[in-house]
Amino acid sequence: MDKPQNNRAWFMVLPVLLLVAFSAIIPLMTVVNYAFNDTFGNNAFFWVGVEWFKETLESDRMWGALQRQLIFSFTILAIEVPLGIAVALAMPKKGVWASVCLVLFALPLLIPWNVVGTIWQVFARIDIGLLGYSLGLIGIDFNLGQNASAAWVSVIMMDVWHWTSLVVLLAYAGLQSIPDAYYQAAKIDQASRWAVFRYVELPKLKGVLLIAVLLRFMDSFMIYTEPFVVTGGGPGSATTFLSIDLVKMALGQFDLGPAAAFSIMYFLVILLVSWAFYTIMVNLDREEERNE
Amino acid sequence: MSTSTVQPTDKAGLRRLASYAMLIVYLLFLILPIYWLVNMSFKPNVEILNQLTLIPQNPTLGNYANILTDPTWYMGYVHSLTYVILNTVISVTVALPAAYAFSRYSFIGDKHLFFWLLTNRMAPPAVFVLPFFQLYSSIGLFDTHLAVALAHCLFNVPLAVWILEGFMRGVPKEIDETAYIDGYSWFRFFTRIFMPLISSGIGVAAFFCFMFSWVDLLISRTLTSTEVKTIGVAMTRTSSATGLDYGTLAAAGVLTIIPGALVIWFVRNYIAKGFALGRV
Repeated sequence: MDKPQNNRAWFMVLPVLLLVAFSAIIPLMTVVNYAFNDTFGNNAFFWVGVEWFKETLESDRMWGALQRQLIFSFTILAIEVPLGIAVALAMPKKGVWASVCLVLFALPLLIPWNVVGTIWQVFARIDIGLLGYSLGLIGIDFNLGQNASAAWVSVIMMDVWHWTSLVVLLAYAGLQSIPDAYYQAAKIDQASRWAVFRYVELPKLKGVLLIAVLLRFMDSFMIYTEPFVVTGGGPGSATTFLSIDLVKMALGQFDLGPAAAFSIMYFLVILLVSWAFYTIMVNLDREEERNE
Repeated sequence: MSTSTVQPTDKAGLRRLASYAMLIVYLLFLILPIYWLVNMSFKPNVEILNQLTLIPQNPTLGNYANILTDPTWYMGYVHSLTYVILNTVISVTVALPAAYAFSRYSFIGDKHLFFWLLTNRMAPPAVFVLPFFQLYSSIGLFDTHLAVALAHCLFNVPLAVWILEGFMRGVPKEIDETAYIDGYSWFRFFTRIFMPLISSGIGVAAFFCFMFSWVDLLISRTLTSTEVKTIGVAMTRTSSATGLDYGTLAAAGVLTIIPGALVIWFVRNYIAKGFALGRV
């Protein structure tokens, strides 16, 4: 990529810079301020150093939320990625049916998140929901409000329902970009279906799958609205993930210091994963150029 | 049937059958919860609560009528649409020149800036709720459409920049150069020649800004109270009230799905691209 050096291009970027700085940097400064200070109100702050970080790192509550968050994120990844690849492989390659599949698959992606929550809340209820009621008929007590495992199954099923299509669409886009010649070569070699997948399709899908994994990890790592509507983080704190816990802390209890310290650590994780995402993107672009 | 000559086709046929079965099961899994919501939206509350029926026994449009006649409901849509459209316009407008700069020039700090934008797309809204609340309260914008629209810029501007940059890099640089030689000013070139070339990219960016602003609940709920009651807030209020009005809730949910369902056909080939920030 031989782009001419031109520092006046900064003027074109300036509006974006100002706008995002306004909505990102100023709030983050506030967070940093709270993280290192304590207050008795009246805007009087005094320095407490890393006290809040210590407190947060020593609290079981934070570790509990983090643990649940990691279990949640890795579970949905373990389900959505293989399922997404399998569905993408099963999809018609072209024609009207391919379009119909794309449209139907994409539908859950475009539903407001609180409505996704509402849909699953009513779908899983034992009295008026199809799922909960049917499970009740075969003798499974699926009471979201009291049964922690039912709550977990619901939020995981909901996320699989909501986001597997994203993996499908990405994998499908990746499959579309494989030239026919590759398949013909494999046919001449009499490669088995598995061999075609393993040595032709999977290597070509590597890039999009990495994007899918990172996007799904990030978005599930900050999930708030859907589980909040379905379970409210309960029963107890069984489905209280990081964001739910943070909002509870910050807006519910106004524990500004711990919430801010929590936020900063949360943000560092995000930064790390974003960096991985960025590196992969840059490498993909470079690879594409080499192939052209 | 068991001769070796037909076996390969048999196997391929079985595999195709398995593929179709899998697609159908997956589609059913996707459709069932939505069907249930739509089904509920056409039932009176008595029927919802007293019997489980697969199709409404007494189909009614009462739930929809409730929404269209009650200002707290229909104004919810108006308020939500207002800040969503405001946000989409702001995001795409500021992102256009920036994406052009990123795709055409290298300048000091460009890579860092591009990465920093990405981190904002990835940032958890939960981290920002409290500082946003304080920021917009202190500048007197709390409980206005503009506050929500500006707050959503946090993730939508980076999204728009990344998507547009992805489309712009596909346009050959020779076009720019020819236009400049022909005496076009930058602005005239950009609006007359370049923007029509990437019109599908602009459409996709606008669609995704619209969508991500439309699906958010947390930030819009935090930044509004009495003046601007968004549809998301109206829905969560109903679900936590004592006498649960499930029929109206379901109808409200169905109505929020409609904007996405209307445009989905036109953007079907770009959905993966949009979610992957223009990189697929």
